[in-house]
Formats: sequence, structure tokens, C-alpha cells
Amino acid sequence: MALNNPFSNLFGRSPIKPMQEHMAVAIQATGELQRFFESVIADDWEQVESVQQRITELEREADALKKQLRLHLPKSLFLPVPRTDLLELLSMQDRIANKAKDIAGIMLGRKMTIPASMQQMTLEYVGAAVKAAEQALTAINELDELLETGFSGRELGIVENMIQELDALERKTDKLEVEMRATLFSLEADLPPVDVMFLYKVIDWIGDLANRAQDVGGRLELLLAR
Amino acid sequence: MTVIAEYGQTLLILACIFGLFMAWGVGANDVANAMGTSVGSRALTIKQAILVAMVFEFLGAYLAGGEVTSTIRKGIVDSGVMAENPDLLVFGMLSALLAAGTWLLIASILGWPVSTTHSIVGAIVGFAAVGISVDVVSWDKVGAIIASWVVSPVLAGTISFWLFRSVQKLILNTEDPFINAKRYIPLYMFAVGFLISMVTLLKGLKYVLKDAAFHPNFFESALISAAIGIVVALIGIQMMRNVKQDEAADSVNRFTSVERVFGILMIFTACAMAFAHGSNDVANAVGPLAAVVSVVSTQSVSAEAAVPAWVLLIGAAGIVIGLATYGWKVIATIGSKITELTPSRGFAAELGAAGTVVLASGTGLPVSTTQTLVGAVLGVGLARGIGALNLRVIGTIFMSWIITLPAGAGLAILFFFFFKGVFG
Repeated sequence: MALNNPFSNLFGRSPIKPMQEHMAVAIQATGELQRFFESVIADDWEQVESVQQRITELEREADALKKQLRLHLPKSLFLPVPRTDLLELLSMQDRIANKAKDIAGIMLGRKMTIPASMQQMTLEYVGAAVKAAEQALTAINELDELLETGFSGRELGIVENMIQELDALERKTDKLEVEMRATLFSLEADLPPVDVMFLYKVIDWIGDLANRAQDVGGRLELLLAR
Repeated sequence: MTVIAEYGQTLLILACIFGLFMAWGVGANDVANAMGTSVGSRALTIKQAILVAMVFEFLGAYLAGGEVTSTIRKGIVDSGVMAENPDLLVFGMLSALLAAGTWLLIASILGWPVSTTHSIVGAIVGFAAVGISVDVVSWDKVGAIIASWVVSPVLAGTISFWLFRSVQKLILNTEDPFINAKRYIPLYMFAVGFLISMVTLLKGLKYVLKDAAFHPNFFESALISAAIGIVVALIGIQMMRNVKQDEAADSVNRFTSVERVFGILMIFTACAMAFAHGSNDVANAVGPLAAVVSVVSTQSVSAEAAVPAWVLLIGAAGIVIGLATYGWKVIATIGSKITELTPSRGFAAELGAAGTVVLASGTGLPVSTTQTLVGAVLGVGLARGIGALNLRVIGTIFMSWIITLPAGAGLAILFFFFFKGVFG
């Protein structure tokens, strides 16, 4: 009978923890890209395939978490932050995992190789993008502390700093992206044109990872700015 | 008159059984809402919650329950008009108890949200207006009671809102929340002790110490209450000493240790909550019983008869039995459902609700503790303190009003004519 107790029914399931869990899975998928590119460079295609599978699994897990969260956020729920902002933030988190899956998928599908002179740089570039994504996770992980303080006060400043750090990491990735393109441009005459096209695409997508991480930070900022 | 002389003993025993039944219902169901908050935020274990409930429900009922008991007993039905036919008052109060108790049982089995307060008020108004005459109901008083059902959640919400705001300002949003928690929490503890003692001294004690020469005026009461508040705060400070900053837990969430300090505060607000609940809701069972006892023992409707202590004991015993047989299960279920409420919010909700209910008790207004608590929690939610609140509950509460009042009244009318037919 306590099931229908008006007092206990008053409490809905807080979306804050599930948001953080979703982000953690999405970023885990992104983090696997580091190992993925190492395997590509090592020409170990068995390993590449297993890592790609791992990324797909994680992306699916993130999708499932996203669906669960959406189902448990009915309009009648009263939240400390606007519901639409939260759902928007969730979509943005999810898009990071999607991009990671796309990158791994196309690289495996086309058995893409990276020109020897670009390999070191590529790893650095991927590392920077992953770092930006991880910084976004750090910021999202402050959501429970933000809830604790009622989304106000000093905690806002702490998150603000984290988002600034995230912006700096994204700029760093941008710079590396420019270098990557320039290097590829100098090599492209000697490479098969279709491969070059797709390499440009992958470079683009890795940059997108950092951009999407930054979008999450920006959305979080909007969530707090009231 | 002959009816009471003839069947007095039987009627008295029936009243005791029905009163016990009603009190059992309060203990089995209602107390759980008051204590569930503390269990949910893990400030108390279930065993501790039951112990706190048993002790403080009784204290609340005994020390501060007089005004509400008096309202239920003789405030709703005009005893002046009833003086000519005391037997009708006895039948009425018996049927009100039985009706409210039955309705609570039915609603609990079916899982409908009901309030003991609404059931008993509906039942008393029902038997009086339909069974006797519309004129014997003091509609002014009933109006005031119904107004208090709207005001109490709003007031509790407002208090909780500002309490939580003050916690944000003084503790959570500061450089070192842990130090500030230990510095400022004794103030809230003082407030708990002060408020409870103030209401008890001003409004409750006159029923307990009727013959004693101890009648403190406002100023004396304030002094004594302040002293009690300080003692409470000192006990609290002693208890907080044992809470140390836990670096490992804080690395996951920086506020883990701070919440532990609030957990200590919540032990005090849980006591206040049980006290407030006892002071208001025990009257639902004890008030009608007291009315019957007074008529049967004096053979007349006298407005000034004292409530014998054993009547209160029956109420307290019923609640304790209700807790022991069923209430603990409900506390456990509720506690497991509201884990999102951390002690820093739980205390604000409890203190807001307990303060409001105790004030209502002092004024003699029977309010619903559960609905007051709902209002208090919403207040904390408005201060952006709670992860997710289900606003549909507010609709259910209105539904329970619309269902409970007529249901309690209808059943009471039914039982009233039944008793009249059997004894009259």
C-alpha cells in the first residue's frame, strides 16, 4: 500500500546520476579510440576489429541509457533545472559516442592506413580530442555537486573553470587539426585519391569529437546561467 | 439519559475499542510518512526511527495534544446544543471513530492516499449535520479547519524554502562547508528545541498541569524554551564531535562529510517531526474517545471536563501497536523510495513541516501531517534542492480530499443510525 503513498510518490528518480552515467559510457567509447588508432598504426587488424566492436558496444550502451533517461523524464516532473535543457544536454553527450563509433566504423570498413609520416601526429591529435572529451566528462561529473548546492554559489565558479579548460583543450585540438590537414595536403599527390578523401573525412571527424565535447560544456553553461 | 445510564459501560468499552482501532490506523500508516524522511536519508535506521516515533509521538500527544483533542472533542460539534441529548453525541462520536477507522483500513488496502485528519473531521461533520441537525455543526470552526489544510502545506513550504536557502548561504556555498556546517548547525538545533518547548509551554501544558501552580507567561516560557534550546544544541554539538571529515568519501562527492553532519541534525528534526505528529494526529483517535468518556462519566455534556490520562494512553498505545504490527513495514518501503533526499534537504523539510504542525497543534487546528510534509518538500524543491519531484502527487492529494471527506461522512452517518437503532 505504500506504493500509492502520496508522500513517497512525491519523489521521482533524479536524472542527475543517470546523466553522469551516460556521459561516462559515451566518453569511455571515445577513450577507446586511442587504442584503436594505435592498433591501426601497428597494422594489427584483429585488434582493430575487437576495439571497434568494443566501441560499438559502448555506444549501444549509451543509447540504451539515453532512452531510459528520456522515458523517466515525464513533463510532470519538477526538476531543479529546465527539463528541455537537460534533454538537450543528453543528446549532445550522446553525439560524442556516435562520432567515435563512426570513426572506428569507417576506418575498419575501409581498412584505412595512415601514412607513416603522419602517424605520430595522428596519435597526438586523437589524444587531444579524447582529452577534450574527458574534460567534458569531468565537468558533467560536477552535476551532483551542483545539485547539492542548489545550482548556485561557489560550485558554479568551479564548473566555469572546468569549461574554460575544456575550451582550451578544444582550441589545442583545432590547432592540431590544421597541422594534420597541412601535412596531408603535402602528401596527397603521392596517395590514392579516394584514400585521401576519406583521410580528410576522418581528420574532420576527430575534430568533431572535440567540438561536440565543447558543445556539451557550452550546454552545461547555459543550464547554469540563470 | 437513560440510554447512557443503561448502556454506559458497553458504550465506553466500544469507544475504547474503536479509539484503539483508529490509533492503530494512525500508527500503521500515518507515522510512516513522518519518519520515512529520516530513514530514507539514512539519518536513522528503521529500529531507531521506530524508537524515536514511539517516544516522541507519545510525548507530543501528551504534552502538546490538548488543543487539537479539544477541537475534535467539542469544537466541531457545538456542545451547548448537544446538552439536551448527550446520547446522540456518544453515538455520533462512536460512529465517527468507527467510520474513520474503517475508511482508513479500506483505503490502505486499496492503496488510496488518505489522511486520518480528513477522515475524522469528515465523519464528525457528517454525523452531526445529517444525523442530528445542520445547526449543531460549528461551521466557523470547520471553515477554519479547512482553511488550515490549505495554509499548512503552503506555510511549511515557505519555511522549508527559506531554511534551505539559509543552509545554502551559510554552509553549502562557502569555502569550507564542513567547518561551517559544524558552526551553524547548532543554531538549527536550538530552533528545534526552542520551537517545540515554546508551543508546549504556552499551549500544551495547561492540559497536563491543570491543577499545578505552574503557569508560565509568555516571557517565562521564552526563557525556559531558550534554555531547553541551548541544552539541545549542546547535546547536538557533542554528537557532532564524532563526525570527522572523510577524505576518501569526499573525493567522490565533496559534500559527503557535510551531509554526515546534517545527518546528526536530522536526528533532532526527526524527533520534532514525531512530536509534532503526535501532538496533532493522536487527537484524531483520542478526541472522540475523550468526548464519549466525558459524557458517560458525568452523564451530561459538559464542555469543561478534563481528559483523563488513560484516554491519552490508549491513543499512544494504539499508535505503538500500529507501528509494531504494520507501520515499520511502511516506514521501510517509504524509506527505500526516497533515498534522493539527502539530510541537508530532509532536515529543512522536516523542520518546516514539524514547525507548522506544532503551531497548528498550539492553535487547536487538526491538519494533515503528510500533506504539510509534501508542502515542505516542494518548498525545498523550489529552492532547486531536489533532483526530481513528481507534481502529479498534488493532484492525488486533491483527489483524496474529494473522496475522503464524503466517504468519512457517509460511513459515519451509516454507523450513527445503526447505533441509534441498537441502543436508542
